[in-house]
Amino acid sequence: MPSPQHDPPSWTRSSVGSAGAVEAEPTAAQVIAGLRATSEGGDDLVQLLSPEGQRVHHPDFTLDVGAEELKSLYRDMTLVRRVDREANALQRQGQLGIWVPLLGQEAAQIGAGRAMAPQDMAFPSYREHGIAWCRGVDPTELLGIFRGTDHGSWDPRATGLHLYTIVIGNQCLNAAGYAMGQRFEGKVGDSATGEATICFFGDGATSQGDVHESFVWAAVYDAPVVFFCQNNQWAVSEPTERQSRVPLYRRAQGYGFPGIRVDGNDVLATLAVTRWALDECRAGNGPVLIEAYTYRMDAHTTSDDATRYRLAEELEAWKLKDPIERLRVHLVREGVAEQDFFDGVAAESDELAARLRECCEAMPAPGPERIFSQVYAEPSPAVQAQHEELLAYQAGFADAGTPDGER
Amino acid sequence: MAAPTTDRTESGSPGAQTVSMAKALNAGLRAAMEADGKVIVMGEDVGKLGGVFRITDGLQKDFGEQRVLDTPLAESGIIGTAIGLALRDFRPVCEIQFDGFVFPGFDQIVSQLAKLHYRSQGKLPMRVVVRIPFGGGIGAVEHHSESPESLFAHVAGLKVVSCSNAADAYWMLQQAIASDDPVIFFEPKRRYWEKSELDTSATPQPLHTSRIARPGSTATLAAYGPMVRTALDAAAAAEQDGHDLEVIDLRTLSPLDLAPVFDSVRRTGRLICVSEAPGECSVTAEVTARVQQECFYSLEAPVLRVTGFDTPYPPSKCEEQYLPDLDRVLDAVDRVLAH
Ligand SMILES: Cc1ncc(C[n+]2csc(CCOP(=O)(O)OP(=O)(O)O)c2C)c(N)n1
Ligand SMILES: [Mg+2]
Repeated sequence: MPSPQHDPPSWTRSSVGSAGAVEAEPTAAQVIAGLRATSEGGDDLVQLLSPEGQRVHHPDFTLDVGAEELKSLYRDMTLVRRVDREANALQRQGQLGIWVPLLGQEAAQIGAGRAMAPQDMAFPSYREHGIAWCRGVDPTELLGIFRGTDHGSWDPRATGLHLYTIVIGNQCLNAAGYAMGQRFEGKVGDSATGEATICFFGDGATSQGDVHESFVWAAVYDAPVVFFCQNNQWAVSEPTERQSRVPLYRRAQGYGFPGIRVDGNDVLATLAVTRWALDECRAGNGPVLIEAYTYRMDAHTTSDDATRYRLAEELEAWKLKDPIERLRVHLVREGVAEQDFFDGVAAESDELAARLRECCEAMPAPGPERIFSQVYAEPSPAVQAQHEELLAYQAGFADAGTPDGER
Repeated sequence: MAAPTTDRTESGSPGAQTVSMAKALNAGLRAAMEADGKVIVMGEDVGKLGGVFRITDGLQKDFGEQRVLDTPLAESGIIGTAIGLALRDFRPVCEIQFDGFVFPGFDQIVSQLAKLHYRSQGKLPMRVVVRIPFGGGIGAVEHHSESPESLFAHVAGLKVVSCSNAADAYWMLQQAIASDDPVIFFEPKRRYWEKSELDTSATPQPLHTSRIARPGSTATLAAYGPMVRTALDAAAAAEQDGHDLEVIDLRTLSPLDLAPVFDSVRRTGRLICVSEAPGECSVTAEVTARVQQECFYSLEAPVLRVTGFDTPYPPSKCEEQYLPDLDRVLDAVDRVLAH
């Protein structure tokens, strides 16, 4: 590992300002330094596909991928981006209360998601629509969370995808515990059939106590868990330098397990590194931390206005590293795919988007029973009584001829 | 520049304006920071962004990065370091981004913030304010609509208040910052953009006092935070039916200031407590217990409560049915008047 002196300037001591007001407008030098700081991954970045779409050799990580796999990686990324854009539009049109975009993080998520084996378990935060896709959760199943009809409708056990977790960092301890269970039940030790867990969180989340504690637990119990941090450079308005003085992947060293920084806009590198990490876990050599170095190309959520805190130039610089475009160029350059393949994926995207929209608009509002159902595993007479009270109250309006729900 | 710049009212007072609660909170923070150089603001996204609700808008620009801190993303860290800063006589004002995210900081609040003054027998005052936008009604995802105030009111050593209008927001926040005790300051986020009158030249009432928001004689409604508006709307609607409801804005949840409530109940004989928070073991439960103890012989009807149900906050498409609204309050009015 290179010494700290080799780091880009952003990783040196952050300059928490001198006393007094800061300048509103950054200088040109600050802009350039900022761009460099956020768009360069440093010497340790694992990359297998350059932003120009060329395969790159890496001494430690190789990936044998055939034409079909390359094409299906492209298809997955394109479809989840389309889902993301459609859901964003649905929010704009009032069909969803909020949407949390994954734009720009398709390679990080499809790479990681496709590295998982069916028996593995994933713990997402709230932006992992690409992971959900890879776990076979239909995109329409994500909508309820954002439309306000449920808190996640898929079956976590059946899909190997835990519910989305919004409280930053909570899921990391849950994932560590789940992985401890995999070990306690003897599911670790064989890299073909063993089980592993993968946990997703952001750069901001790395500051939370829960995340640090999960590193400790996973290390102490040799838990088969891959901590997959998508460093998309921003935690709402705060750049990653607000969270750490060292690159995030180096945190792992202090806890006693490997940390790797991968180009999160390179689906091949992400797939290779995550596959390796999960295999390590399956074989009993976990945990592993992966920092996927990527970029949140849209606002934090549809409620956020990113122009208040970051420069348009930064986005322009990252567009040159677009994860989908780079694979597309590779497919064309290597003659792996012809135009009809791309046309086919585009048509499939359109169909998926149309289906998503249709399902969204048709989603029924839940009735009052949703408020009271499943609060406890054992029936609660108190909750039951309140449910009946509400029904009786609402029936009073029905008797008075007021249409239900329009009081 | 303590006064927010917005529409002047016609009421004539030189300091009187009509402003949103959000603007009033921003002005209150600004006034407190100008009055005392030891007041600092800290939290996630409070600096450059001005907070997700823009309550701290412009403060970092004017007061600098050492007085308005964009902290790392960790609530235990925010509260715990605020405590350390308070040990050096800073007066930190912490912002918790949403109600549901205070819990990583709950340990520091309960174990240290609430107890250091007691443990040190007064040698270590905890001059910390924790601002929490709370409550529902905004169609949000999980953890963004909760009402956890009772959890804090239950903890000895903490003071807990909630504002319901622009003037209270402006004054109560400054009073909380000036307090020698830790104050958990609950802001009804769904009312942030509602405008009301603020007279910055007025003399504010003391922080830990409740207030008659609307005088009346038929029955008493006691509410706080977001439900004060609902109670006032219910009172206005009940007037059409010939009922003259008194509305009390509790304002302070710990300590409670119940003398005006007792006085009111002795006159009306009827009380309804309203909160978004679930009723079980709550602030409304405490008010109810104390009123029956103090006003037993004046009561004409059982004290009723209109609250959120004893369930987790539901998906937002259900929140209209979950939250007390004008009709549920009026239904309770009918029931107390039936006695
Ligand atoms: C405990 C907690 N505090 C605050 C928030 C509000 N919040 C939601 S997302 C976010 C930033 C997260 O940044 P990061 O971990 O980098 O993930 P990203 O959103 O960039 O994917 C914040 C502060 C929260 N959800 N949970
Ligand atoms: Mg981030």
